[in-house]
Amino acid sequence: MIKQELWEGQVRIPSGCAISAVISREGRPINGSAMIESMRPMHERSNGLGGGFAGYGIYPEYKDFFALHIFYDTDEARNAVEANLRAVAEIVRAENIPTRKIPAIIGEPLIWRYFVAPLRSVLQSRQQDEEEFIARLVMHINTKYTGAYVFSSGKNMGVFKAVGYPEDVGEFYRLEEYNGYCWTAHGRYPTNTPGWWGGAHPFALLDRTIVHNGEISSYDCNRRTIEMYGYRCTLQTDTEVITYIADFLQRKQGLSLEEMASVIAAPFWSTIERKGEAERKELSYLRTLYPSLLITGPFSIILGFAGGLMALNDRLKLRSMVVGEKDDRVYIASEEAAIRAIEPEAENIWAPAGGQPVIVRVREGAY
Amino acid sequence: MGQWDIYPEFEVVRNEARCTRCMGCIAQCANGVHSYDEKRQALLCDDAKCVDCHRCVAMCPTRALKIVKSDCALRENGNWDGDTIKEVFKQAQSGGVLLSSMGNPKRYPVYWDKLLLNASQVTNPSIDPLREPMETRVFLGKKPERPQRGADGKFTCELPPQLELSMPMLFSAMSYGSISYNAHEALARAAEELGIYYNTGEGGLHEDFYAYGENTIVQVASGRFGVHEGYLNAGAAIEIKMGQGAKPGIGGHLPGTKVGADISRTRMIPEGSDAISPAPHHDIYSIEDLRQLVYSLKQATHHKKPVIVKVAAVHNIAAIASGIARSGADIIAIDGFRGGTGAAPTRIRDSVGIPIELALAAVDQRLRDEGIRNEVGLIAGGSIRSSADVAKAIALGADAVYLGTAALLALGCHLCRTCQTGTCNWGIATQRSELVARLDPKEGARRLCNLLTAWNHELMEMLGGMGINSIEALRGNRLMLRGIGLTAGELEILGVAHAGA
Amino acid sequence: MSCEINARGLSAVELGQRLEAAEGSVTVTECLGQRFVGAGMDGRRIRIEGIPGNALGAYLNGAALEVCGNAQDAVGDTMNDGEIVIHGNVGDTAGYAMRGGKIYVEGSAGYRAGVHMKEYAGKLPVMVIGGRAGSFLGEYQAGGILVVLGLSGRGPIAGNFPCTGMHGGRVFLRCRPEELLFPQQVTARLAGLEDLEAVRPYIKEFCGHFGKDLEEVLDAPFTLVTPDSRNPYRQMYVAN
Repeated sequence: MIKQELWEGQVRIPSGCAISAVISREGRPINGSAMIESMRPMHERSNGLGGGFAGYGIYPEYKDFFALHIFYDTDEARNAVEANLRAVAEIVRAENIPTRKIPAIIGEPLIWRYFVAPLRSVLQSRQQDEEEFIARLVMHINTKYTGAYVFSSGKNMGVFKAVGYPEDVGEFYRLEEYNGYCWTAHGRYPTNTPGWWGGAHPFALLDRTIVHNGEISSYDCNRRTIEMYGYRCTLQTDTEVITYIADFLQRKQGLSLEEMASVIAAPFWSTIERKGEAERKELSYLRTLYPSLLITGPFSIILGFAGGLMALNDRLKLRSMVVGEKDDRVYIASEEAAIRAIEPEAENIWAPAGGQPVIVRVREGAY
Repeated sequence: MGQWDIYPEFEVVRNEARCTRCMGCIAQCANGVHSYDEKRQALLCDDAKCVDCHRCVAMCPTRALKIVKSDCALRENGNWDGDTIKEVFKQAQSGGVLLSSMGNPKRYPVYWDKLLLNASQVTNPSIDPLREPMETRVFLGKKPERPQRGADGKFTCELPPQLELSMPMLFSAMSYGSISYNAHEALARAAEELGIYYNTGEGGLHEDFYAYGENTIVQVASGRFGVHEGYLNAGAAIEIKMGQGAKPGIGGHLPGTKVGADISRTRMIPEGSDAISPAPHHDIYSIEDLRQLVYSLKQATHHKKPVIVKVAAVHNIAAIASGIARSGADIIAIDGFRGGTGAAPTRIRDSVGIPIELALAAVDQRLRDEGIRNEVGLIAGGSIRSSADVAKAIALGADAVYLGTAALLALGCHLCRTCQTGTCNWGIATQRSELVARLDPKEGARRLCNLLTAWNHELMEMLGGMGINSIEALRGNRLMLRGIGLTAGELEILGVAHAGA
Repeated sequence: MSCEINARGLSAVELGQRLEAAEGSVTVTECLGQRFVGAGMDGRRIRIEGIPGNALGAYLNGAALEVCGNAQDAVGDTMNDGEIVIHGNVGDTAGYAMRGGKIYVEGSAGYRAGVHMKEYAGKLPVMVIGGRAGSFLGEYQAGGILVVLGLSGRGPIAGNFPCTGMHGGRVFLRCRPEELLFPQQVTARLAGLEDLEAVRPYIKEFCGHFGKDLEEVLDAPFTLVTPDSRNPYRQMYVAN
C-alpha cells in the first residue's frame, strides 16, 4: 500500500506525459473510442499511473445543468456532500458513472455524477453568478470534505480519469458510449507512485479542462500568485495551477485566448522589441501587468472549453506538439503518430512555434 | 598609556627590511597613524589611531606594512567579551552614547546562508544562460487590478508609473554628505551604464548630477534637505524614507563641520550648520498621514513618478507593509537590521530591528494573504552580499534588492566601520577634498559595473540551473528554496521546507 | 535481398528485433509511432512507410534510412555515420549531437535542428533541410554543415535565436544575412562561390533525392554563418 502522504496535495509531483485532442469545427459527434486509439501509439509516454479524457458535447439532454463528477472514498463522504448539494442546488439527476470491470484498473473509488442547477435564491443572496458559485462550490467540497473530490464541473461536458494507462482508463469508463464534438486525452508519467484517482488528468474547473505535458519551473511563483485570487491549489500539480490561471485570466480578467497566451507564454523582450508598435505596446503591457503568471519551463497544454480548444507550447518549445487536419476535424497531439492512428489521411501536419497558440472553435450554433 | 586608557585594538607591523622610507604611508593616513621622527630618523606608528582601513597596506609600494589584531587581550570571558568591557570603559570615561558605522557586525543568524537554491534534473531542463535567452528585466510598480480597454476593445496600454531595471538590483540610498561627491558620481555613472538606479539619499541632489536623472531615485526624508519641485521632478522615482535598517526609529545628524559650500547648496541649508533629520516625519504620525505625503508628492510630480516608501524591518513589519501598500505607495523598500549607515548609535544598530530575510518573507506572505501583493513592488535591502543572496531574496518574494555596503566595497571601502569620523582614507565617507580626490569616479563606476554585471551573470546561471529563463518566474517561487539547520518556526516564517523534504 | 516488415501492432522492441534479424534492404510498412527505428544500425537499408516514432536512427552507425512521409522528434540523435532521408518534415532537435553521416529533409524542421552537431577525426556531419527551420537552429553547433534552403513553407527561413552558442562548423541559409537576427558571437555574411563549392555536393545529393534542379536551387543568395573567433563567448571568470 502506497503511503497516503505521497498522494497529490501532500507532496509536489512533477510528471511528463502524452496529450492528444480532436475537435470537429462543425460540431459533429466524435465517438470516445477514437481518443483511446489515439493514445495507443504514445503508450511509452505514460507509465500507467494516470490516464484521462475530457469530452465536450456529451450530455446534450442535460446541457443546461452543471455535470458534477465526484470521487468518494466512502458512502459517508457521499452523504455529506449530497446533503450540502441539496441545500444549494437542484439535483435533476444523480447516478453512478457506468464503468466496466477490467483487470488493468483496480482500486476504484465510488464514482458519481450529478446534473445540478444552483438555486436562484442562493445565487441572489451570495451575489454570485452561477459559474462563480459552482467554482466556489467545487473548491469548497475539495478542500473541506474528506474523501470527496469533484473532478469535473462543466455543462454538457465531462472528465473521465483514473490511475492506469489511458487506453485502459477509456475502456473502463466505456467511452465508446459517449459522443462529443471535442475530446482531449492525457497519459501520465508522474515521478512517484501516487495511488489517487483525483491526481490523474485532465484537470477541470467549470467547462475548462487542461491536459498538460512537462514540468514547469515557475510553479510556486504561479501558485502563490493565483492563490491571491481565491483559488486553492490543493493538488500541487502544474495542471491544476495552469487551469486556475486560465480561469482567472479569461473569466475574471476578460482576456481573450490569444491575450492569455501572450501572458503565460510571453515572448522574450528581445522578440517583443522587434514587433510593430501596436503589438509591441500590447505585449509589453501584458508582460508588465502579469509578470507572475508567466509560465517557464517545458510545457505543452491543450485547454478545452465549451465550443473550442487551445493548444500552446512554452515559449522555448521544450515539449513537442503537432497539429493536423482532415475535413472539419482538427487533431492535436504530442506525436504525429497519435493523429495518424485515428486519421491516417490527416493533412497540413505542422508544429506550432513556442508560445504560438493554436485556437480552434466550433462554428457558432453548432454546439 | 594611562590608568583609563584602552590598549589599541590593532597593531601596525612594519617590515623594516622592505620599507624604503618613501613616506607614502604618512601621506596616505588621514588618521595620523604614521609619522617620521627626524631625531631618531625612524618611521613611527601610533597604533591607537589605526582603524584598520588598510589604505596604507594597499598603497605601500613594497608591501612592507600589515595590520594585525592586537594580541594584548583581556582575560577571556564568554559573557563579558573584550569589546563589551571596552565599551563600558569608553562610556565610563566619556559619558557618551556609543556611535558606530556600517552594518550590524554581531553574530546573528544570517538566513541567506541557511537557504539553499534548487536546480533542475531530468524532469525539467536546465538552461545555459550564456547562449540561450535569459531575462533579468524587472518592472517595479503598481499593477492594476485588471487590464483597461478602450472603446475599441483594445488595451489602453496605460500603466501606473513603473521603474524599469535591466537587472533586479539598485543602489540604495546614501546621501551626499554621508558619502563624497566622487562616490555619488561613481554610483550615478554606473546606474546609467547598467540601466538601473542609484538613490540620492536624504542629502539632496548635487546640481552636477541632474544629468543622471533618468537613473536617479530622489529621496525625501524627515529633514527634507534639498527637497524642492525641481528635485522631485529630476529623478525617475521618489523615495520617502521612513526608516533605515541600521537605526530604526532614529533620525540622522550630519555635523556642521561636514557642511561645506557644496553640501550647503545641495541640502539648501547654511554652510557649517548641523543637518539634523528628525526621527519621524513630523507630518506623519499615523498611516493616513503617509497617504497624504505620498499623494502630495505624486501631485507635485504630475502622477508620473512611482513613490517608494522605505522602512526599517521591525517587529510588526508585515502589518506596516500592508498599511503602506494601501497608502498609495507604488513600491515598498524594506531595510533589514544588517543594513549599513554612516553613523548610528551602537546599541540601536546592534539590537533594534529584525533580519531582512524574515521580514521579507513575512511581508510578501502578508501582502499575498491580503490579495494586495500586486499593488506594490517590493525591494529588499540590508546586507545583500552576493548574487546568491539576490536570488534567495527574489525567491522569497522581492522584486529587486538594494545594494549599499556591497557597492561601497566595490568603491574601495574596507569596512573599517569608522565612517562617522569623516576621515575615510578611501575617499568615500569623507568630505575632505584631498581624500575625496583619491576616488576616481570613472574607475569607481567601472568597478561597480563589473560587480553588478558579474552578479547578474551569476544570477542568470542560477536561474538557468533552475530551468527558469525569466526573473519574474523566480519571484516568490519558494519551492526553489530549502532551509538547512533551521527550526520549524523559522521555516514556517520563511515559508520554505527543510532540505530533504 | 529485400524483405518487408509490417509494423502494425508491433512494439518498438519487437520492430527492432525484426530489423536486427533482417538483412540487406528492408521495407517497414504501417509504422505508427514506434520509437528508435534503426537505432545504432549499420550496413543495411530501411525504407519506412507510415510515421516512425521519436529518435529515428539514433546512434545510426552506417545504415541508410528513408522515410516516405514525416518523422517525429530527435531524428538522428547522436548519429555517427550513414544517411537519413525524410520525404516530409521532421520534428524538434533533429540531428542532435550528430558526429557524422548525412540527414536530408525534404520539408521543414522543428526547433533546435542540428543542436550541438560536431565533427571529429575526419567525420563531418551534414544536414540539409529543404524547407524552413524552427527557432534555435544550429544551437551550440560545434562542427559540421547545416543547410536550410527555404524551398517550401512560409515566413522567415529560420525562427528566433538562430546559431545561439555556435562555436564551430558552418550554417548555410538560402537567404540574405539581414533577413535574420543573429547573436553577437557569430559572423553572418553573404556566401561566396568558394564557400558554396564546399556544400555543392550535398545540395546536389539533396536535389537527387527529392527531384529538384540543382542550378535553380543554387541560383539565389546564400548566407554563411560561422562562429566569430574574434568575439568568442566571454564571461569573466575569476579564480576564487
